[in-house]
Amino acid sequence: MEKTWNNKAWLFVLPVLVLVAFSAVIPLMTVVNYSVQDSFGNNQFFWYGADWFREVLTSERFHDSLIRNLIFSGTILAIEVPLGILVALAMPKKGIWVPVCLVLMALPLLIPWNVVGTIWQVFARTDIGLLGYTVDALGINYNYVQNPIDAWVTVIVMDVWHWTSLVVLLCYAGLVSIPDAYYQAAKIDGASRWAVFRYIQLPKMGRVLLIAVLLRFMDSFMIYTEPFVVTGGGPGNSTTFLSIDLVKLAIGQFNLGEAAAMSIIYFLIILVLSWIFYTVMTNVGTDKPVKGEGE
Amino acid sequence: MARIRLDHIRHAYTPELAKANNYALREVDTAFEDGGAYALLGPSGCGKTTLLNIISGLLTPSEGHVRFDDKDVTMLSPEARNIAQVFQFPVIYDTMTVRENLAFPLKNRKVPAAEIKTRVADMLRRIGLEAKADRKARGLTADEKQKISLGRGLVRSDVNAILFDEPLTVIDPHMKWQLRSELKQLHREFQMTMVYVTHDQTEALTFADKVVVMYAGEVVQIGTPEELFERPQHTFVGYFIGSPGMNVLPCKLEGDDAIVSGNRVTIPTGHSGYHSSQKIELGIRPEFVSLVPRGQGIPIQVEKVEDIGSEKIVRARMGEHRLSAIVAEDKEIPAEADAAFAADRLNLYADSWLVERG
Repeated sequence: MEKTWNNKAWLFVLPVLVLVAFSAVIPLMTVVNYSVQDSFGNNQFFWYGADWFREVLTSERFHDSLIRNLIFSGTILAIEVPLGILVALAMPKKGIWVPVCLVLMALPLLIPWNVVGTIWQVFARTDIGLLGYTVDALGINYNYVQNPIDAWVTVIVMDVWHWTSLVVLLCYAGLVSIPDAYYQAAKIDGASRWAVFRYIQLPKMGRVLLIAVLLRFMDSFMIYTEPFVVTGGGPGNSTTFLSIDLVKLAIGQFNLGEAAAMSIIYFLIILVLSWIFYTVMTNVGTDKPVKGEGE
Repeated sequence: MARIRLDHIRHAYTPELAKANNYALREVDTAFEDGGAYALLGPSGCGKTTLLNIISGLLTPSEGHVRFDDKDVTMLSPEARNIAQVFQFPVIYDTMTVRENLAFPLKNRKVPAAEIKTRVADMLRRIGLEAKADRKARGLTADEKQKISLGRGLVRSDVNAILFDEPLTVIDPHMKWQLRSELKQLHREFQMTMVYVTHDQTEALTFADKVVVMYAGEVVQIGTPEELFERPQHTFVGYFIGSPGMNVLPCKLEGDDAIVSGNRVTIPTGHSGYHSSQKIELGIRPEFVSLVPRGQGIPIQVEKVEDIGSEKIVRARMGEHRLSAIVAEDKEIPAEADAAFAADRLNLYADSWLVERG
């Protein structure tokens, strides 16, 4: 079949191209530009090759923040995904409580990130915060300002409070879309509660669960505002995640070249890990191609 | 396998609806014999799916009892009733293979592994899915999926009944015939009580030994396809079964004759058990209406002739009433004609119910 060539088409995609160029490509290229040069002020730049990348990749400081970030993302995924599924399963499927539950669930998602940080910073203080005071009064030695473990617990609990709702809402959407006939068939087949979850609810939630895991992974890997407001990355460097470290490097030390190189590496790590998640999760449970079967 | 007895079943979906006397099932009192193939036929909203769910145990009736043989199962769960049900949309377990799908109900009932293996292999052969046994069920076509749901029911050899809720809705037309005949074949092999819900008369008439016609929450007639065609117990049955449906003509009675829009029609004698204050109607199938030359019958105006290939359907007007007639394909339709009725095929209805002949 002959294809029709019409150069007018370029005109129609032009607005999007311009928009994407200004919003993504040009800033990204600026970063690339910085990452291969060094500057000693006065707007003078010198070619630096891949040295910044080498420096970042071998720096212990980068390794430490990366590991902290991986542990953080792993922990909150391990808590938020099962917890989100459990809450979604427990939510009513019809009746007047549905909108009530949905609004309650959506509330944390509506609060700006720095406000969440401020809420928890005050909430967890041992002198005036309800949580901190209560925990302290129970005889548990708790101080997120000085104790790294307490700081970690605070940041993780805060993230779980803030973002589990997202997983809940996504899973709930997946659950309510399952037709009643599935549950009826399972009843007739004599399936146990666990079997219903394992063979009906979980497979039907698969798609939305993938989105939930991806979103939560990307967001948690880029987390900045909340821990910055609560702990400022401390005590010491114990809650300094990649983005906090990056800002320290770029704004604090004004080391633009190294910060630019780190940004690019950071970006690539998120891209690769998200791609791995996506590939693994979409391939779970699909048919392996059988030899000699052409369909 | 069991005889299913529905003992004065009534159902309303909420107590408020029951109070307002708004029953989805007004009253059903009937029995399905062991090993029979029954079809529940009726338009949408007539209560046929409600009745099916009451038999399967997914719904508990507001009033009345369900008995399997002599056992009252009204309060038992679907699992305890030991029935199988095939739904409108194929229900399969996506992540399992075809084989695992068939084994699932047996596994849940703790059947020994060796027995599961032989039974599943046997069922795969019967439903013709041996070649795809180890494929994931989700990749299959709709009719194959529907066969899996059917197989999951049949694989438990001791089921009391197998229930179908419009199982061919999502099947391609050319597969419907095949699947239906396979279903009949399986019924002959297994000799199970089968109840099949549908709103498609062709499906009902070809599948079932006995068709249960439902209308507005009630069973209006249970009969063989032949009985439904020749002696519809209710004008609704006449109208619903057959294409086009039975002509229902309001009339007045004078002695042994009926007066239809001013014309005298001789009807078979011996009708009794009606009252003249009731609404009297005459029912005649289009198949038994013939066109005769002017002056030999009741005058009609032919409005439209539909040629459906094997025969012609004549749509006409008789006074203020509409009349359909089916005539042979090769017959010329005269511009001016009268209609004649085959007298022994005339049915008399009082308040929509058939008046029996003496």
